[in-house]
Amino acid sequence: MHPAPSVIVFTVLSGLGFGFLAWLGLGLPAVTGWTAFFCYALGFGMAVGGLIASTFHLGNPQRALKAFTQWQTSWLSREAWLSVLALVFMGLYAIGAVFFDTLIAPLGLIGAVFCFATVFATAMIYAQLATIPRWNHWLTPLHLLSLSLAGGVILAQQGSAALMLLAIAGVVQALHWILGDRRFAERGHTTETATGLGDLGSVRLYEPPHTGTNYLLKEMVYIVGRKHAQKLRVLGFAGMIVLPAAVLALLPTGFVSAVIAISFFLLGTFASRWLFFAEAEHVVGLYYSSKNTQAALNR
Amino acid sequence: MTQLPTQTDKKLGLVIDLDTCVGCHACVTACKGWNTENYGAPLSDIDPYSGDPVGSFLNRVHSFEVQPTAGPAQTVHMPKSCLHCDDAPCVTVCPTGASYKRQEDGIVLVNEDACIGCGLCAWACPYGARELDQAAGVMKKCTLCVDRIYNENLPEEDRVPACVRTCPAGARHFGDFADPDSNVSRLTKERGGMDLMPEQGTSPVNKYLPPRPKDTMKDLDASAPQLAPVVDGPKGLLGWLDKALEAI
Amino acid sequence: MAMNEPILDTSPAVSDEVRQTTCYMCACRCGINVHMKDGKVAYIEGNRDHPVNKGVLCAKGSSGIMQVNAPSRLRAPLKRTGPRGSGEFEEISWDEALELATKRLDPLRKSAPEKLAFFTGRDQSQSFTSFWAQNFGTPNYAAHGGFCSVNMATAGIYTMGGAFWEFGQPDWDRTKLFMIFGVAEDHDSNPIKMGLGKLKGNGGKVIGVNPIRSGYNAIADEWVGIIPGTDGLFILSLVHVLLKIGKIDLSYLSQFTNAPCLLNEDLSSPNHGLVLRDADDKPLVIDRATGKPAPFDQKGVRPNLAATYELDGKIHRTVFQHMAERYLSDEYSPEAVEERCGVSAGRIRAIAAELARVAFDESFELKQPWTDFRGERHETMVGRPVSFHAMRGISAHSNGFQTCRALHVLQILLGTVEVPGGFRFKPPYPKPVEAHPTPHCHSKPDCPLDGPHLGFVRGPDDLALKEDGTPARIDKAFTWDNPMSAHGLMHMVISNAHAGDPYKIDTLFLYMANMAWNSSMNTRGVMEMLTDKDENGDYVIPNIIYSDAYSSEMVAYADLILPDTTYLERHDCISLLDRPICEADGAADAIRWPVIEPDRDVRGFQSVLVDLGVRLGLPGFINEDGSAKYKDYADYIVNHQRRPGIGPLAGFRGEDGTQFGRGEVNPDQLDKYIENGGFFVEHVPEEATFYKPWNQAYQDWAVKLGFYDKPQPYLFQLYVEPLRRFQLAAEGHGDRQPPEHLREQIKDKMDPLPIWYPALEDAHADEKDYPVHALTQRPMAMYHSWGSQNAWLRQIHGQNPLYVPNKIWAENEFQEGDWAKVTSIHGEITVPVAHMAALNDDTVWTWNAIGKRKGAWALDETAPESTKGFLLNHLIHELLPPKGDGLRWANSDPITGQAAWFDLRVRIEKTDPPAESQPEFPAIKSPVGKGPKIVRQKVRS
Repeated sequence: MHPAPSVIVFTVLSGLGFGFLAWLGLGLPAVTGWTAFFCYALGFGMAVGGLIASTFHLGNPQRALKAFTQWQTSWLSREAWLSVLALVFMGLYAIGAVFFDTLIAPLGLIGAVFCFATVFATAMIYAQLATIPRWNHWLTPLHLLSLSLAGGVILAQQGSAALMLLAIAGVVQALHWILGDRRFAERGHTTETATGLGDLGSVRLYEPPHTGTNYLLKEMVYIVGRKHAQKLRVLGFAGMIVLPAAVLALLPTGFVSAVIAISFFLLGTFASRWLFFAEAEHVVGLYYSSKNTQAALNR
Repeated sequence: MTQLPTQTDKKLGLVIDLDTCVGCHACVTACKGWNTENYGAPLSDIDPYSGDPVGSFLNRVHSFEVQPTAGPAQTVHMPKSCLHCDDAPCVTVCPTGASYKRQEDGIVLVNEDACIGCGLCAWACPYGARELDQAAGVMKKCTLCVDRIYNENLPEEDRVPACVRTCPAGARHFGDFADPDSNVSRLTKERGGMDLMPEQGTSPVNKYLPPRPKDTMKDLDASAPQLAPVVDGPKGLLGWLDKALEAI
Repeated sequence: MAMNEPILDTSPAVSDEVRQTTCYMCACRCGINVHMKDGKVAYIEGNRDHPVNKGVLCAKGSSGIMQVNAPSRLRAPLKRTGPRGSGEFEEISWDEALELATKRLDPLRKSAPEKLAFFTGRDQSQSFTSFWAQNFGTPNYAAHGGFCSVNMATAGIYTMGGAFWEFGQPDWDRTKLFMIFGVAEDHDSNPIKMGLGKLKGNGGKVIGVNPIRSGYNAIADEWVGIIPGTDGLFILSLVHVLLKIGKIDLSYLSQFTNAPCLLNEDLSSPNHGLVLRDADDKPLVIDRATGKPAPFDQKGVRPNLAATYELDGKIHRTVFQHMAERYLSDEYSPEAVEERCGVSAGRIRAIAAELARVAFDESFELKQPWTDFRGERHETMVGRPVSFHAMRGISAHSNGFQTCRALHVLQILLGTVEVPGGFRFKPPYPKPVEAHPTPHCHSKPDCPLDGPHLGFVRGPDDLALKEDGTPARIDKAFTWDNPMSAHGLMHMVISNAHAGDPYKIDTLFLYMANMAWNSSMNTRGVMEMLTDKDENGDYVIPNIIYSDAYSSEMVAYADLILPDTTYLERHDCISLLDRPICEADGAADAIRWPVIEPDRDVRGFQSVLVDLGVRLGLPGFINEDGSAKYKDYADYIVNHQRRPGIGPLAGFRGEDGTQFGRGEVNPDQLDKYIENGGFFVEHVPEEATFYKPWNQAYQDWAVKLGFYDKPQPYLFQLYVEPLRRFQLAAEGHGDRQPPEHLREQIKDKMDPLPIWYPALEDAHADEKDYPVHALTQRPMAMYHSWGSQNAWLRQIHGQNPLYVPNKIWAENEFQEGDWAKVTSIHGEITVPVAHMAALNDDTVWTWNAIGKRKGAWALDETAPESTKGFLLNHLIHELLPPKGDGLRWANSDPITGQAAWFDLRVRIEKTDPPAESQPEFPAIKSPVGKGPKIVRQKVRS
């Protein structure tokens, strides 16, 4: 899949934002006043900024409100609702915290659940797609949720909880990569099944439909070099998990360590998220790629 | 609307005969011509005269090569457009209801007025049947020429999709799969019409007729009975000729 | 409708109006419905009533709208301002342009008309353009057939009075086995695709003989991946097997062919090898009833195929016996040819057996009585459901003429021509050589030529030679080098004009021929010849006038451009006098008419020729008082008469428009055509549908329609006597003698019975140095260079890799994205490669004419057509390399002059990818600018 900046920024920032807000909603930390103002500004800024970034991905963003209509079937629609609910409840909770020095715990708890649910819905947008085997797995929501909470907890400065959540996120990330690499082959999608010609022999694209490119190729058939991907995985994992954990473990808990840790975390998460898209093989590639490319897909 | 109808009254779709398609791309541009002028936004072409032209097409012909375990490789041309799946994942993912499957005939359409251009339906489609128009920002897909097949301004024989009407080899057939006696149902049954990527569970309506077995002719030895010579050489010819001419 | 579904208008208005005309996106000439909205073209589809396409339309036809709106359309007449080849022009008025042309051409006509060379490329008005050239008086006229498929046309006409494509088609309704040779996707394309669909629907089988399994071969049930250039040998081996097992149609051969004709076997006779004739010049046969000679067409005669006849001590034996002797020889046995052809002996035998089985065991009879030319009534028509097709693939070789002949001989031996289930002619064919003109070349100042330029020679007397024996034509057509060059040799014109051999010309006048690019062999050399200057600094080819509708590569090389219209802005006639669009069951012709008016200062080329004709005072174009005979081309179409009552259009003749074929001029004829959908068709009577060359009912119908003036039944020529006449000359007989260096070639190659010989290039290109055959074919979705300016089609074919088979792919360890250096005896190119398994092991190929010169066709200079696309033309020369005899031999068929594109041999080496395909050429300045950044084609919702 094309690693579109808008979608990467959206998922990373809103994931982190809602993760942070969720912790705030749980009262961890139970901030009020100016501290709360800055915390919520940061949380809402990232969550809303991410959501706004996602609209850059739309062909007709002026109709975005229509996306609230199909919550019965569409995870994107559910995400829209959940994010609004999360923002509303967390907003009310934040008003109490910032302006009235009051923490209305049930509001915060409901808000936190919606934050959590929003990230889950975001993840399900990807996880539901049978066309992208790498994503189409229960690890995908776990991956995005664990990162959201781990990132959030770094900002929330909750001490050793961060280390634990980073460890979980690290394991999930590793599993997502390791199992993800096998998913396409496990699903049994091949050019033979894609064309239905497998009974006749082995099938190979000999001439693409157009010599030029198209939306599908640009959007869904993104080929990333294996070496390049491995390098990014190492860098991403280091930035996202190892370095923040090291910073948090070695430096005393506080603003400075949180800033350093979250900076590493963000960089690492951007790398990871770039790979999340770039490495996601869409089955439509079977109609467009030759055996060589498929070998790469099935590696 | 993003809920799929539990059942449609008709199941309109195409049968594409891979034994007959010569890969001429006629269906590709006939489709482009009709659908740029008709349903919804025009099918744009970005940088059409430059180094990297990108246009919206609702139907494209892929050319594959099949290598059997024995015998020479074969070439198969495969036109591909929306398969109007019964379990169309592109419909249920749509957040706005723009993407829908018609109750009356099962055609999967995009209501462009409601489309926000998020692209998720294209992601959900295993077949690459949907293309986001880069100029209009809305999702384009095969409409099965819904504005032709019922169009009372067209003569009855022309009320078929543009690709079917134009196909020179007659490799494309249009009809109602819900009717077991329809041309498409019969062809599917007789010729073993198949689904593309059935493991995706989309239950495509469109069917592909597989190529007939190829290169089945067996080499003949000189001693084969049908090769029994009537003459040994030019000399023997005259005798045979006399007899043969008498027989005429 | 379910709840919440949007309300949909499923019956929108389709258009304001439908205008029916003829497509010109290739040479198929289908009928089209042009849907108009607000006076603009909104949608184009096939015309269901049209005889050619019956409603279907190909990818090109359906993209016509992008051709009509193409940014590459020329806008006004252009006068060159920069050096030739730069693309620098200024726009001028039509008055100035026509004045310039007239000033240049008028003195030529008055002094030496041959100094004008007028050649037209993809011209669909050859009967008109040749008429103009004839009236101008120059012998130098032809269209592009010489570098296209003249071998096929000529071999067909000489053998059976017609060939494939516009000459004939399989009986698609009844044929059960269809065998197709070589690249054939480019002519008659929609009818063949429709036919293949029909055949498959009927359960018929297809055998494809082609080194490349693409296009029609992709759906062939059996694929014979033959080595290029060996088809003739393969066919003659099939003939060998069929003769050996006696699976030939003796009845057909004895009645309808010259198999029973008697050949003089006296070695010393000037008539040696000629057919024995009676005093009326009628070929004689031996009647089996009487044992005596009789004219072939005598009522009741039963020609004896096995006869030997002695006259004045000279032995005469039948053509059939000569054929049997030759083809039963072991030289043509499957074992002898298998290695050369790359087809196993067992497979050759299997195919021969299958042809025999279907032709004879699946034979059937139609209950349709008919009467033959001998007056004999037949109660039924016997069907032999085997049919064949071939086109450029076997044609564009230096052995192409004889290969095409071999294929026709195979058809005839099986008795599958003009019978149900077999191959059928399309009116006005069949038409024997005798019904065609001979070439004419005698030019005099201020005087029309003595007759039509092109024709079919009967013997050395018909060659286009001057008194001194030198070629009369600039292209050296109809000379000893290539005596049967019935379509001329357009591919030799520029190099001959540049060399001043056989003489210098002044003006090269070209129409729709991209000679500075994909239509020339040795493209770089041709560009150099077009720009070469003499010692005075003047161009060696002094003046070049060119007409094209689009900014093609050739435009930059002309001094004066006469911009043509697109096909929807013009009048044309697809005439029975020209290259007709008939189907086997009917005679048909068609028109184009301006369904839209040009929005630029352009004019239909034919109307421009009418105007020039008047300005030059050409006899066919002015009345006695010097006034214009025709206002424009439309006026010519309606009012011109070739013979009394016979004009360019056969339909709606006579004052009331009710006559067809023959009839007075009808001033409303074009309106009648428009009312009728742009075409006219008259169906062949039932009794006349088969056996056309010998069928009295057909012959009478043909006379009624004006194809010829009296019935002229004839025999199929298994043995082509005109070829023998050239051999006789080479053997020293007769007054007109070939030059010494050509005697052997004529003796060897102009065999009156089909032979096979290796491609002439093989004698120059060592198989070790150049082990690979290199071919091109035109993609079905693109017609030569025209498609690249089409925004839709160029997305399908915007670049062309060199397709490489398994063996060469593995040998070179190629990977996807690799490039290769491809070297021939003539040149070298560096190009991208791609893998294809369904390809002959020793053959590479690419799509033709995708590669473009930077700056042409209003494309951006980064266009993949220029950066990755390429031409094989750079590897092919119009001449073979010197072989030390002081002569340069043409890279063409020695019989017809057909350009031998497909003889090319190369070697392939993997190489580092260059930045762009090599060779690279500097960009030419676009006289029309560049195309827009975005196209959203829609007239109105």
